[in-house]
Amino acid sequence: MSVDVDKSDRSPAGPPPPPPSIKAIPVRHYGRWVAAVVVIAVIVLLGRAFATGNVNWDAIPEYLFNADILKGLRNTLLITLLSMIIGIVLGVILAVMRQSKNPVTSTVAWFYVWFFRGTPVYVQLFLWFNLGLVFQYIDIMPIYKDEWSDFMTPFLCALLGLGLNEAAYMAEICRAGLNAVDEGQTEAAHALGMSHGKTLRRIIVPQAMRVIVPPTGNEVINMLKTSSLVIAVQYYDLLQAAQNVGRDSGVVVEMLILAAAWYLIATTVLSIGQYYLERYYARGSSRQLPPTPLQRAKAKLSGGFHRAGGAA
Amino acid sequence: MTTTKSTSKTAGTSGAPMVKAEGVHKSFGPAHILKGIDLEVAPQEVFCLIGPSGSGKSTFLRCINHLEKVNAGRLSVDGELVGYREHNGKLYELRDREVAARRRDIGMVFQRFNLFPHMTAIENVMEAPVQVKGESRSAARERATKLLDRVGLSDKAAGYPSQLSGGQQQRVAIARALAMEPKLMLFDEPTSALDPELVGDVLDVMKDLAADGMTMVVVTHEMGFAREVGDSLVFMDDGVVVESGHPREVLGNPQHERTKSFLSKVL
Ligand SMILES: Nc1ncnc2c1ncn2[C@@H]1O[C@H](COP(=O)(O)OP(=O)(O)OP(=O)(O)O)[C@@H](O)[C@H]1O
Ligand SMILES: [Mg+2]
Repeated sequence: MSVDVDKSDRSPAGPPPPPPSIKAIPVRHYGRWVAAVVVIAVIVLLGRAFATGNVNWDAIPEYLFNADILKGLRNTLLITLLSMIIGIVLGVILAVMRQSKNPVTSTVAWFYVWFFRGTPVYVQLFLWFNLGLVFQYIDIMPIYKDEWSDFMTPFLCALLGLGLNEAAYMAEICRAGLNAVDEGQTEAAHALGMSHGKTLRRIIVPQAMRVIVPPTGNEVINMLKTSSLVIAVQYYDLLQAAQNVGRDSGVVVEMLILAAAWYLIATTVLSIGQYYLERYYARGSSRQLPPTPLQRAKAKLSGGFHRAGGAA
Repeated sequence: MTTTKSTSKTAGTSGAPMVKAEGVHKSFGPAHILKGIDLEVAPQEVFCLIGPSGSGKSTFLRCINHLEKVNAGRLSVDGELVGYREHNGKLYELRDREVAARRRDIGMVFQRFNLFPHMTAIENVMEAPVQVKGESRSAARERATKLLDRVGLSDKAAGYPSQLSGGQQQRVAIARALAMEPKLMLFDEPTSALDPELVGDVLDVMKDLAADGMTMVVVTHEMGFAREVGDSLVFMDDGVVVESGHPREVLGNPQHERTKSFLSKVL
């Protein structure tokens, strides 16, 4: 009732005058101040402990671009990239196989995922390494014949161990993505005369990507770190390199910290890439994409001062 | 508009039926949905299908372009059996590729639009000509521009579906179907997901199509459209055709009890 009265009072008067801006004492966020003090104190204490501790900090920049370390880093990035490629390609194939009307195909895919998700990747790496006990020779009849141990290099062990394991996880991610696309999309594409394959490639997969990309980004980042397990098959990755250099030069802990730094740098770069990839696949899904951090920072610098003041 | 339509209509009536259903049955597992549908749609006819929810209207429409498989009876489009090839008195199931080829000639418009959300309006319209017919992108773009213009959306060509209103999306969907130059258009309640004030724009596009002599099968709750534009009307209930005839007769003077009670609820 009272609302009606207000409205009828205001409407004939034309545009209302701008309301006087509110003058009020902002809420004081004491908790934020306390938290900030605690965090700073912890950082200072930790920093002092590390700085005065028995760590030779100078060794870290010295070995940052050491040839062996860089070789290890390169191998880590290479094995991550190649395993992910195997994982994604095989994962997509397995996901499509799972949805196949052919019961043989879908069952094979089911068993694959069941086995490779059901066993630890560390164990799988060891198994690949020791498969020579089962197969003494590799004999792809006309093309290739060799002793298993010569064929199954540390690189191949690492690649198969990580890649095939990853495929099982990617298959589940892709399946979830494909299922997330509305059935009406398939119908619309079929009604236009598109074949199954075209529908999948042009209509379903691009939309499934929105669901698939974020967890795949996580998988890449995880893979980068999981790849340190390839030490089990004696592949010369970043961690192996750091340990070797550390042992030879008597800077074991320093080299571990260095390895951690390199892993952090690599995962940070990947996270940034993931962010922009997600934006790309989100196109058309929301009316307006949120601003990138760069755009947000610019907006904050130009217009956000009084808001920052209010929060403090 | 009416003159072009009546002249084209006389030309069409002599031809074989565009859609012919004889005793069409369809079940989903134990649920018997279509229980022997017989009907004929003449070329250039606007054929309206009405009936209560769950009566099987959408199911029948989807059978026409083989999105659903018929269980019994014969269903043909433009003289060709839907989903099968007949040879020496035996039926052979069509391969996916052949089914897809037949669907090119049948446009379909859905209640929920089903535009491709990752493509702009014009890309939606271009997609099938480029991917299915192998048309060049520039030729497809030119035609898509004309089609969007025809449905009154030339200024929305670069918009994504999520940026368009429901009525605009449905008009893009109609343009998308028309881009394949179909000989038959199927509409499944094209306006029932729309706000009332947006219904008119879509119906106008459909009237324009009818005036151009397009053969249309329209499932609709818009009795005004059926009366004004429809050439025949079928009332379906519980999987059977209860009553059929000219829209004005069926709507104005229904003969069956079920038709009467349905119309009393919707009119
Ligand atoms: N894929 C399916 N599997 C099982 N049952 C189905 C399937 N599709 C439709 N049905 C059933 O078939 C019946 C008829 O559905 P249909 O969509 O054809 O009705 P309709 O006449 O179009 O109704 P509405 O006006 O609500 O759209 C419904 O009872 C529905 O539950
Ligand atoms: Mg329906």
